[in-house]
Amino acid sequence: MNLKGRDIISIRDMSKEEIELILETAKRMEPYAKGEKSSKLMDGKILGNLFFEPSTRTRLSFTAAMQRLGGEVMGFSGTGITSIAKGENLADSIRVVERYCDFIVIRHPMEGTARLAAEVSSKPIINGGDGANQHPTQTLLDLYTIRKLKGKIKGLNIALLGDLKHARTMRSLTYASAMFGANLTLISPAGLEMSKDVLLEIKRNFNKVPFQTNDIDAGLRKADVIYICRIQKERFADKFEAEKMQKAFRITPETLDQCKDDIAILHSLPKVTEIDPRVDEMKCAKYFDQTFFGVPVRMAILGLIGGAVR
Amino acid sequence: MKEELRVKKIKDGTVIDHIKAGKGKKVLDILGIGNGFSKTTALLMNVPSKRIGKKDIVKIEDKALKKDEVDKIALVAPRATWNVVKDFKVTKKNEIELPETLEGILKCPNPKCVTNMNEPVKSKFKVEEKEPVKLRCVYCERLFGLEDML
Repeated sequence: MNLKGRDIISIRDMSKEEIELILETAKRMEPYAKGEKSSKLMDGKILGNLFFEPSTRTRLSFTAAMQRLGGEVMGFSGTGITSIAKGENLADSIRVVERYCDFIVIRHPMEGTARLAAEVSSKPIINGGDGANQHPTQTLLDLYTIRKLKGKIKGLNIALLGDLKHARTMRSLTYASAMFGANLTLISPAGLEMSKDVLLEIKRNFNKVPFQTNDIDAGLRKADVIYICRIQKERFADKFEAEKMQKAFRITPETLDQCKDDIAILHSLPKVTEIDPRVDEMKCAKYFDQTFFGVPVRMAILGLIGGAVR
Repeated sequence: MKEELRVKKIKDGTVIDHIKAGKGKKVLDILGIGNGFSKTTALLMNVPSKRIGKKDIVKIEDKALKKDEVDKIALVAPRATWNVVKDFKVTKKNEIELPETLEGILKCPNPKCVTNMNEPVKSKFKVEEKEPVKLRCVYCERLFGLEDML
């Protein structure tokens, strides 16, 4: 299998074998990601980081990934100082930037922008998040983290907790975890359940039917991994109602009393109030390690689509 | 006694037959036939049919269907037939079939989809289910039912 020249737009486009290849390659990249070994795999190559909306982890970890591989990074974050502010459309921006670099990472608030960019660009496009749609490299690093921490994904009890209706990470992770044979528990406040379309798709493609509940206690007892996301207050007309929901769907040391001893808690970050700060000090808090794994996973993606590793 | 035709034959044009009863009006809407349309048009509703029980039929004088019109009709009348009439005779009989993808004929209902931005891109939907119709936007990846689209 060869991913050279491949765009990474959506986890739904990827086969299990392709994902396995990225995860295996990421394992080999870890010593380089930590700076224990150095690499010149991407010497002379340039990554274009086009961030049309703010990002910290995705942008910085792609930058770190490219630099750890000996490559260069150019780009922008925010559109104020670019020709987009003058009214240039996205297709033209991509046609220009692809002439300056070898790969492009794009984050954009509108959905489908990475797919459009891939259609107009002759250079590989990596989706760094397109609105509420997809963020495939986040899902890949989530899978990598789960396998790294637990040694496997198949058969694990993974509980996804929070606003499952609106969080793009949860939609993609539900799909990918089902693909890898995990048992899913979906815990959300009433009205913020996972979209039926996603549930139908994983039933059809992977014959997986998650256990769904609005009861946080019932959902967490058997979990090996809890992946939490915040309640997206900006989507509520009644902010007080959103805060009330967040309080009820929050992880605290007390909530974790009932859980397995070796439970791992993950979060794509930034976290706000959905995890009690006391949890940060507990051994089950794995979200800062998770964010580091973004570097080897993104190194693997760059190496594979750049044809530098196989 | 010879049965009398309820609607007379058209000389040249199109007959869309075997439309599921109740969907004929929707076919007219899709074709933009309404006030201001000058050609002779007939809509027969609830006509007994051996094949589908009850059906609607649309007859339009001096009108040839374009491919995008046929694809759109397929969304509401997936098993209809489309006949070309010349000099009172059916010269071509076609089954209307929903294609695997629909390009440039429907607007994505998601206001945050890139196809609704000022970009040189046509809408594109993958048909995931035919009955009831479920379409997935190739760009924003959202799944829509017919009620969202027409």
